[in-house]
Amino acid sequence: MRTLIFRTAAPYLTALMLLFSVFVLLRGHNEPGGGFIGGLIAASAFAIHGIAFGVPTVRRAIHFHPIAVSGFGLLLAALSGVVSLAFGVPFLTGIWVSPSLLGMSVDLSTVMVFDIGVYLVVVGSITSIALGLEDREDE
Amino acid sequence: MLLEPVSSGDWLAIAPVVVAIALGALLLMFRHYLRWQALIASGGLLVMVASNAALLHRVVAEGPLVMTMGRWLPPFGISFVADTLGASFALAATFVAFVCAAFSVVDIDTTGRRYGFYPFLMLMMAGVNGAFLTGDIFNLYVWFEVFLIASFGLLILGSERAQIDGAAKYAVLNLLATAFFLIATALLYGSFGTLNMADIAMKAGGLRGSAPVTTIAALYLFAFGMKAAAFPVNFWLPASYHTPRLVTAALFGGLLTKIGVYALLRSLGMIFPLERAQLSGVIEWVAIATMLLGAMGALAQNDIRRTAGFLVISGVGVMLAGLAIGDTVAIAGTVLYAIHSMLAMAALYLLAGAICQAGGSFLLSDLGGLYRASPLLTAVAFVVFLTVASLPPGSGLWPKVILVGASIEAGRAWLSFAILFTGLLTTITLGRVFILAFWRNRDHGEAAPATAGHLAPLVVLLVPILLLGLAPEEFIRIADGAALGVTDSAAYIRAVFPAGGQ
Repeated sequence: MRTLIFRTAAPYLTALMLLFSVFVLLRGHNEPGGGFIGGLIAASAFAIHGIAFGVPTVRRAIHFHPIAVSGFGLLLAALSGVVSLAFGVPFLTGIWVSPSLLGMSVDLSTVMVFDIGVYLVVVGSITSIALGLEDREDE
Repeated sequence: MLLEPVSSGDWLAIAPVVVAIALGALLLMFRHYLRWQALIASGGLLVMVASNAALLHRVVAEGPLVMTMGRWLPPFGISFVADTLGASFALAATFVAFVCAAFSVVDIDTTGRRYGFYPFLMLMMAGVNGAFLTGDIFNLYVWFEVFLIASFGLLILGSERAQIDGAAKYAVLNLLATAFFLIATALLYGSFGTLNMADIAMKAGGLRGSAPVTTIAALYLFAFGMKAAAFPVNFWLPASYHTPRLVTAALFGGLLTKIGVYALLRSLGMIFPLERAQLSGVIEWVAIATMLLGAMGALAQNDIRRTAGFLVISGVGVMLAGLAIGDTVAIAGTVLYAIHSMLAMAALYLLAGAICQAGGSFLLSDLGGLYRASPLLTAVAFVVFLTVASLPPGSGLWPKVILVGASIEAGRAWLSFAILFTGLLTTITLGRVFILAFWRNRDHGEAAPATAGHLAPLVVLLVPILLLGLAPEEFIRIADGAALGVTDSAAYIRAVFPAGGQ
């Protein structure tokens, strides 16, 4: 699949999909979207990049091993639930803060941190599988 | 109560799962730091043992401990309900996992560590603890999946041909059982409109006329029976348990079938007691067949790992005997036997590992002369064999005494005969192993002495085994408490719904 057209378009496509995946992730609190679907979109972006430029390029680009990324996501999700220990509420209860940033109030919550954890788990595991399969194809 | 502030002591209900997941994730992130993996995993498991011990202590003293996730009130939120049954199983299981982690230092090589033995171990223990502590039946399914997926990873560590073959059978049949579990749960949700176990137990009385409760209970019996490796759906166990690394086999033989037994106690014993009574005859014959076929299968094996696998099955039959009778005494016998079985079966597999290290083979036809090579290993093996055969001074004696007493009391002569006859067959099986592997002179080469790395975990495992055998009062008291929580669900329901429901 290393045609000129594809290789020219792939970086833009990858960047756009990664950006879109973050959008979908953050939008997911109240509207369709969320960590799982966002993670799938990001993983497909890496897969497309891998098809265009080969697996080693992608591995260099994401720097961390995909499995380590998904481990970090799992840790983040677990720890987001533990925050409620300090507030005397049960595990995984959503804790909200609304700091004002440049005159705007920004709602941040442990729910969002949990969703980011899910995002990373999905990105890590699906990317790992996709790159593994693409590796096999190159041989 | 549920809207009151949660004290940090209440976190004991969730702590083992959170610690296991967090450490599993951490080990996954740093899986190339091979030197630290075993240390962090054993340390984490030790913390989990301590937290489970504290949990059990509290639950025995104060009754079931509830924490409902995210403050969504039950029956809508997912509750973790630690009662004596769940907490005691979780403690025993985590202790066994800790010993196995210590044994893994000598059993799991660099490749196994690189492929993630320790992350899988921690995630499996998260699933096991979650299954024992959850109070929501769909959540129970989720934890089953968690430990099942981790167990697939453990099973194929090494990617040998035989392992893949065993894993395929294990995976397909376990997924089949899980599918039945899911079907039963869907049917249950369709008729009850709730998945919270306390809520189901409360509503079961009113819905018996209109809902297919007996069908649901029978489906659960089939699904969990398959998980527990009960006859006639036990064939996946001997097909797969002898293939993985020895520590993995010890973990599986010690823990996984007991989760099936736990789920049977929870679903049939506590939630659907009347349906259990209806199915009691079926359970009785399943128990008898499982016991006898397991013991006879064990007698016929040459590979000691296969022997151990069949003995796991016959132990499941003994546990089912208590469920078939179903009164508080018999359930207490089952609980005690399950705890004994976790310890004893793990010890038996670890012993097989030590035998293989000393004698160079798992096959009885090749083994011999171990008594001369390693008297200490022989002594340990002797105690382990007595324990597995339910003879004093091991832990198996008292639960069997209770179960035989309960079955005679209930007028089920065949059941008590089967339990006793299984004990005889098991004694013959292990006597045969002892004679052939230890007493017989070796016809070729020399056996090596057992190493401290193999023996030390075994000796640690013998401590609670002997404690249960020699000073059983405290254990029996806990088992009685656990059984009372199964046969009388009022305390469990009250803990989840303090205001008496709705």
